[in-house]
Amino acid sequence: MRRIARAVTAVAALALGLLYLTPLWHIGLTAPQYPEGLGLHIWINKITGEKPQDLNSINGLNHYIGMKEIVPESFPELRFMPIAVAVLIGLGLLVAVWGNRKALYAWTALFAAGALAGLADFYRWGYAYGHELNPRAAIKIPDMSYQPPLIGGKQLLNFHADSWPALGGWVAVLVLVTALTLSVLEWRAARARSG
Amino acid sequence: MSQSISFLTAAAVLLAAGCGKASTPIGAAGDAASRVYVAPGQHDELYAFMSGGFSGNVTVYGLPSGRLLQQIAVFSQYPEKGYGYSEQTKAMFNTSYGFVPWDDAHHPQLSITNGQADGRWLFINGNNTPRIARIDLTTFETHEIIEIPNSSGGHGSPYLTENSEYAVSATRFALPTPQEDMSIKDGKFGGMLSFVKIDPASGHMNLAFQILVPGYDYDLARSGKGPSKDWSFFTSYNSEEAKTLLEANASQKDRDYIAAVNRKAAEQCVAEGKTTEWKTPYAHNLVGEDGVARTEMLRSQRVLEVGSCPGVLYFLPTPKSPHGVDVDPTGEFIVAGGKLATTIPVHSFSRLQKAIADQAFDGEVGGIPVLKYDAIVAGEVENPGLGPLHTEFDGQGNAYTSVFISSEIVKFSLKDFKVVDRIPTYYSIGHLLIPGGDTEKPYGKYMIALNKITKDRYLPTGPELTQSGQLYDISGDKMKLLLDFPMTGEPHYAQALPASVLKDKSLKAYALADNKDPYVTKTESAVKAVRQGTKIHVYMTAIRSHFLPDNIEGIQVGDSVFFHVTNLEQDWDVPHGFAMLGAQNAELLIMPGQTRTLTWQPQRPGVYPFYCTDFCSALHQEMQGYMRVSPKGSNVPLAWNGGTGTLGK
Repeated sequence: MRRIARAVTAVAALALGLLYLTPLWHIGLTAPQYPEGLGLHIWINKITGEKPQDLNSINGLNHYIGMKEIVPESFPELRFMPIAVAVLIGLGLLVAVWGNRKALYAWTALFAAGALAGLADFYRWGYAYGHELNPRAAIKIPDMSYQPPLIGGKQLLNFHADSWPALGGWVAVLVLVTALTLSVLEWRAARARSG
Repeated sequence: MSQSISFLTAAAVLLAAGCGKASTPIGAAGDAASRVYVAPGQHDELYAFMSGGFSGNVTVYGLPSGRLLQQIAVFSQYPEKGYGYSEQTKAMFNTSYGFVPWDDAHHPQLSITNGQADGRWLFINGNNTPRIARIDLTTFETHEIIEIPNSSGGHGSPYLTENSEYAVSATRFALPTPQEDMSIKDGKFGGMLSFVKIDPASGHMNLAFQILVPGYDYDLARSGKGPSKDWSFFTSYNSEEAKTLLEANASQKDRDYIAAVNRKAAEQCVAEGKTTEWKTPYAHNLVGEDGVARTEMLRSQRVLEVGSCPGVLYFLPTPKSPHGVDVDPTGEFIVAGGKLATTIPVHSFSRLQKAIADQAFDGEVGGIPVLKYDAIVAGEVENPGLGPLHTEFDGQGNAYTSVFISSEIVKFSLKDFKVVDRIPTYYSIGHLLIPGGDTEKPYGKYMIALNKITKDRYLPTGPELTQSGQLYDISGDKMKLLLDFPMTGEPHYAQALPASVLKDKSLKAYALADNKDPYVTKTESAVKAVRQGTKIHVYMTAIRSHFLPDNIEGIQVGDSVFFHVTNLEQDWDVPHGFAMLGAQNAELLIMPGQTRTLTWQPQRPGVYPFYCTDFCSALHQEMQGYMRVSPKGSNVPLAWNGGTGTLGK
């Protein structure tokens, strides 16, 4: 690896440290009665309301349609993700120090696989959250489910839900794009040298 | 002032007709609609706090739209909010005369820092059984009421000092001081000027000292600002000391007095122990940190008798039966509304100081030096209309005086005391309001006339008609009428301040975690019912859309049931109500995170429902429950659902 590529790898790996400080994902809800909106922030280690009481409010509202309460303590992912991110940062720094091109490819692949797995897990949770409804719920609408969108917007009864990466999510995307770009550039540089 | 004024009103109408002065039938300026239009969903520019007069409340309006935003229960029981009925609020009405659930609310005043409204508290006086209340402006709820002893007709109040150090109060109806059984005709009456200290951090009030004064009728007050900040001024009428048929008997002298109190001198005398201890009981009602109002009955006050403290009080002779006394933003001019006078006298504070230094006295009354009128007056406003009452200021060197009998507002310049404009009010204006118009930095722009009489201005509603506010534009040289809007009665004084000062401080919900009510229930698993003799305490929760417990058995006729209902919501604008069939008091309206207690004494065996009265959710109608009442001595055990209760779902 060229020196500049190693430096960029180190910066990219360290940038992932921001995930401990800022949420990964944001789900926003607005309704006629909630012009101010309700929101959830998903961090690598916790789920919080956008405003202090939003998580309670969302849980309170969702009981009418029989959705389960969101209890952050019940998510094993929130215990696992901080470790996974720490490992990624450590490995990224190792790649930068070592300067091995193949190690860079491996790190990029590992990160990409982790991100995809995370999204898949998020989809799986969203599906269960929106479909596993209490049969004694007060409001039952035939064929209606309340799965939040994986990404983008969706109308769920009176609520419009929006799901997008939050600052931490965009940092992760940027780091991944950087890693992919570096890998491609390093590969082409190596091919030019050998050609 | 009712009967004589009515005749005078008629006279004024005749005079106006005689002058051939045409008033426009509607009176509004051409572009008025666009000036007061606040589009749906938009917010007003200002909050206005209007005294509710004999309703005992304060009403909150948005300006310039004139839309009613809220009613704050202060001196009257208010069943809609359970105010004065719930166990947490009952104590607010305690006085030395017992439970007094009504008063006549007159003069709201916003707390001030450096002579400007700071948006922390609103103070207002009760006139009938003299009291001062403090309203918290994060919750818009009354948090404190202090009774003023040795006093009656607490009208000249609260009129805070420049940094809200004190609220003041005066005696409008002279009394035996201290109270005793004596002949009305021959008895020697006195008056009391009271200074209530306000704690700068908590706002808590305590009666610091009182000044015993001759038995005139002390009417209105103002505390000074800037150079006059250490002084408070009280108008008086009835220096004749009449005790019957005052309308004539108290209107004989050409001049009455403004009592000018040097507060620093008074503080000094109090500190030097020149006071006498009096032992009149009075109540101090305060909402504690747990949200519960409690009463402390106090029995001691420090009274300063004028002879023992020279330099504390001077009389400013002022024509004739003066009503309002208003200090301009610079603190130099003291404008008196001599309601039976033909001019508006404007006293000068600097001349007043000089007159005191020069001992320019016109003798003494009751040991109080009377200053020479010519030595203190800065000017007299000629042709001010009939019955000038109150004056506000625009900060541009102009004063605006409400004129009751000729039903108009006159604008005059503080440079030369010449009237520069006048505009009719519909009808019979009392107080007037310019936002910040009583402070050192008026906001200006608008003015409101607070009218006593509306006659033909609105659709008739039987003999009792609405009172009204009228909004004027004062941004130009000429005052322009923009809007009429009805108000709950009777509006006396009012205060306004920019919405930006208050709106972001407004509480959205009480934090449940911080709820310290002795009967709070913070989770549904903690609900219960407890019998203590014939008292049943129900620890109940409310959350969309159910109460818990909502079935209780084992209540007996003769029991008192205390429903301690905690609203578990922490969401914005989700109060719950609670109403119990046959309860002999009112409903509860419980804000998110708050606990309120309603007492119910079941009368007959049977099963009785309760329900939520505030439409809270899609399943609000289902938010209901039952109480089973058994005959006295029944062996039905106390049981409930929820928590560890034994009744099922």
